[in-house]
Amino acid sequence: MVPLSWYLLLAAILFGIGLVGVLTKRNALVVMMSVELMLNAANLTFLAFSRQQGNVGGHAIAFFVIAVAAAEAAVGLAIVIAVHRSRGAVNVDEVSELREEIDVEGPTARAG
Amino acid sequence: MTFGAETVTFLVFAIPLVLTAAGVVVSRSPMYAAMNLVAAFFCMAGIYVLLSAHLIAALQILVYAGAVMVLFLFVIMLLSLGTATLERDPQRAMQLVGVLGAIGVVGLLAAATREVAGLPMAEVGADFGTVKAVGRVLFTHYLLPFEATSLLLLVAIVGAVVVAKEKI
Repeated sequence: MVPLSWYLLLAAILFGIGLVGVLTKRNALVVMMSVELMLNAANLTFLAFSRQQGNVGGHAIAFFVIAVAAAEAAVGLAIVIAVHRSRGAVNVDEVSELREEIDVEGPTARAG
Repeated sequence: MTFGAETVTFLVFAIPLVLTAAGVVVSRSPMYAAMNLVAAFFCMAGIYVLLSAHLIAALQILVYAGAVMVLFLFVIMLLSLGTATLERDPQRAMQLVGVLGAIGVVGLLAAATREVAGLPMAEVGADFGTVKAVGRVLFTHYLLPFEATSLLLLVAIVGAVVVAKEKI
């Protein structure tokens, strides 16, 4: 019998790998794939505890997580296409229009 | 130390799962990352079957390895960025910080799993995790979230069409 902690450890490792992808990759598509990996790790934890408790409720939650992940992928990829069309970039650090302007020279510098 | 059949099956799926998941992050081309992710999803489905989650394992193959990954591959090929999508001039400091942070998170989670390490697995019947068992819970206890999911998917379809349209 495989102990519960093995499944939880596997889920933690997968979550960590997904986190590395989200933090270090610059291609928006790969970042989204890493997010899918993290969602899968969360699903694995739900199913492991569901099996340990003998309660099928965790399977229902995993079902909802899969539905939300599918919706997220559809909308996220549509945004990637729209961004690529409008400015030809799929790198997440090239799309920073919403970022706050950092005013290094004080408020008067930008007035002129 | 002897390994039972279940332990061997776990390792047969878990080791390729971790390797292909690492391949998603390590690959320089998004196409290779997507292929690694498909393999990871299949291994994950094997782990789900080991947890008696038959319906979720089937959904994993159908929805993730099928629909979602086709969507990803479709977008990768539609944009056809070629070498432009390859990771170039990687930011070493950013990567180092990211890996260190992730190792910290994994360490934290691993420490948390020690709290439940001794808990025994419950005895479950043959119908645990089947379509019938999960469907019964889904349509009684989780009926409202289930219906809300249909609304969410409708909103996602409309949103995806509106966002990806050339002219709104």
